[in-house]
Amino acid sequence: MKESSVKKYSLQRIPISLSCYLKAKKISRSPVSTTNSNMKKKVLLMGKSGSGKTSMRSIIFANYIARDTKRLGATIEVEHSHVRFLGNLVLNLWDCGGQEAFMENYFTSQRDNIFRNVAVLIYVFDVESRELDRDLHYYQSCLEAMLHNSPDSKVFCLIHKIDLVHDNQRDVIFKDRSEHIKKLSKPLEVTCFKTSIWDETLYKAWSSIVYQLIPNVKELEQSLNLFATLMEGDEVLLFERATFLVISHCQRKQHRDIHRFEKISNIIKQFKLSCSKVAAAFHSMEVRNSQFAAFIDEFTSNTFVMVVISDPNIPSAVTLINIKNARKHFEELEKQSQANVLTR
Amino acid sequence: MSSLAEEQFEGGDSFPKDFGYGSYDDENSGPQVQNGKTRILLMGHRRSGKTSIQKVVFQKMSPNETLFLEGTNKITKEDIANSSFLQFQLWDCPGQMDFQDFDADLIFAKCGAVIFVIDAQDDYMEALNTLNLVVTKAYNVNKNIRFEVFVHKVDGLYEDNKMETQRDIHQRSNDDLLDAGYDHITLSFHLTSIYDHSIFEALSKVIQKLIPQLPTLENLLNILINNSGIEKAFLFDVVSKIYIATDSSPVDMQSYELCCDMVDLVIDISGIYGLEESPDVPAFDSRSSSLIKLNSGTILYLREVDRYLALVCILREDNFEKQGVINYNFLCFREALQQVFEIRNKSNGAGEPGSDTESIEKLGVVNNHAG
Repeated sequence: MKESSVKKYSLQRIPISLSCYLKAKKISRSPVSTTNSNMKKKVLLMGKSGSGKTSMRSIIFANYIARDTKRLGATIEVEHSHVRFLGNLVLNLWDCGGQEAFMENYFTSQRDNIFRNVAVLIYVFDVESRELDRDLHYYQSCLEAMLHNSPDSKVFCLIHKIDLVHDNQRDVIFKDRSEHIKKLSKPLEVTCFKTSIWDETLYKAWSSIVYQLIPNVKELEQSLNLFATLMEGDEVLLFERATFLVISHCQRKQHRDIHRFEKISNIIKQFKLSCSKVAAAFHSMEVRNSQFAAFIDEFTSNTFVMVVISDPNIPSAVTLINIKNARKHFEELEKQSQANVLTR
Repeated sequence: MSSLAEEQFEGGDSFPKDFGYGSYDDENSGPQVQNGKTRILLMGHRRSGKTSIQKVVFQKMSPNETLFLEGTNKITKEDIANSSFLQFQLWDCPGQMDFQDFDADLIFAKCGAVIFVIDAQDDYMEALNTLNLVVTKAYNVNKNIRFEVFVHKVDGLYEDNKMETQRDIHQRSNDDLLDAGYDHITLSFHLTSIYDHSIFEALSKVIQKLIPQLPTLENLLNILINNSGIEKAFLFDVVSKIYIATDSSPVDMQSYELCCDMVDLVIDISGIYGLEESPDVPAFDSRSSSLIKLNSGTILYLREVDRYLALVCILREDNFEKQGVINYNFLCFREALQQVFEIRNKSNGAGEPGSDTESIEKLGVVNNHAG
């Protein structure tokens, strides 16, 4: 135990280096138990032409703002992109152009190439589509090909452009569509989301998708829990650095807003974009009023952390030191899962 | 659909009950209205974007949602910056208002500024005629009204086209006024769009012109930043993100935008985590503050001034080492600001802005450089 990492404060809250604490409590790190040793995960993005596949990809992974997606042209055939996510996880995104000619091609001549080794299929439905039957027909062809080539993959359906539907109709239409899709998808299990690039729903969907792909998510959660308890924080969120998707969280106090994670992702991403306009990026931020203090800080080389504290007697400096001390532990956690992958 | 005449009548319903007729004593006392709020009129042809402006700036509607807005068919009023410091009321006038015969006396008598919105993406010849009509009518009623022309929806124009359009509108409207024999009226022009910060900037300028204490506020801000090692400071109305004053160094659009976005961030995050069980309590309260560190060695620092106002400062990280001094100076600044507006309230608007110098002397600001 390094004494230097422990600093006393006048308030006598002694931050403890988290890794030491973990050792003391004998929380063993189980070897990474993910079945898939290949950390490159293939993600297929499919859907009718103009349904918004490239737009959402650009917003989540390429820092576009929603308005800028108007400039995007149609995708020709398949656009591949590699997104390094959390350092060791690489998402291999296949953005498949949705024009009919291409679609027919995917199911015939390119069938094996496209549908082999898929980890995740994301199928995008345009909520305003006039040719729902045709969409569903393609969707079923997709599933058929998936069942044949990569039966273990996960399937997500996004009912997209939900902002075009009137507010009070959204839930009804979404329920109706998702039930229909689920029925059609049997025997495969699908998860449906309603999404729009204009609000936080997009972040919710992608956070859930990415969450399924993180290898050592259980350990992360365990550590976050301990971290939050030691700091007396209400809530700790862990964000992926590039996308600001929430990859893990710990909640110690009930909160009324269940959509807050996506909202926070969206808010911070927006601010990150405004910083980039002045050719800067933010290191840390602190927001407080009489009820709470929130700290958002750089954490590991792949993550940002957000800590929410409601006890007004905890000075900012203590929380900042705690975050700094926890950094080491989480760095190590990341390194280890990386090493585990390499040795396989 | 009710007839036009009825709509005009409906509009009359929304006038304040205590509307004082016939008192023209304040005709020469500047745009500041002594009793009640300074009125700003939002006028222009239908579908020029008046209600969108009002919704985006004052009700935080997202710009793309304004597509669903329906036409306005009676005058709607919105209180802006409704603090003890500032009191304004924005009147959103229906676009199809019959400009030939409406009660000009009633509308323009107690008005501080008229904002005329012109859709730059549309044919604006007809709008220019209306502008001329509104300006001359208003001027005949109240010679102190300021005229602000928003060349709006410029997000759809190419960059070089924007200036060209503004120049053309400027030229034509001034020629029209000259022809009518009103060449001494000055119109101000602003290029605006709801999709970026230009609309906030333009409205900030409009409102600043209506604050008689502006020179004093500027002076106070200058004293604050010079003594605290701050580079730039804005006094924000947090709801609308309009800045009501800044120090006298030139405004760099980018830093204004960054500060705007910071106010947004603070309000949004406070709205999620900083609310008590009852939703009536505002998220922005007396202990609201925020600190953001950028990798360029710059710090953004926000402090609450009063329920509706926040001070946002931009400063170098090195100068932030003595945060205590900055906090102390800020408290002095806040106190001075309160004194300025107390004087106004006591004298009920009759006090000259110059008489506030006393409060500046009381500023016990400590110099950050002195150590």
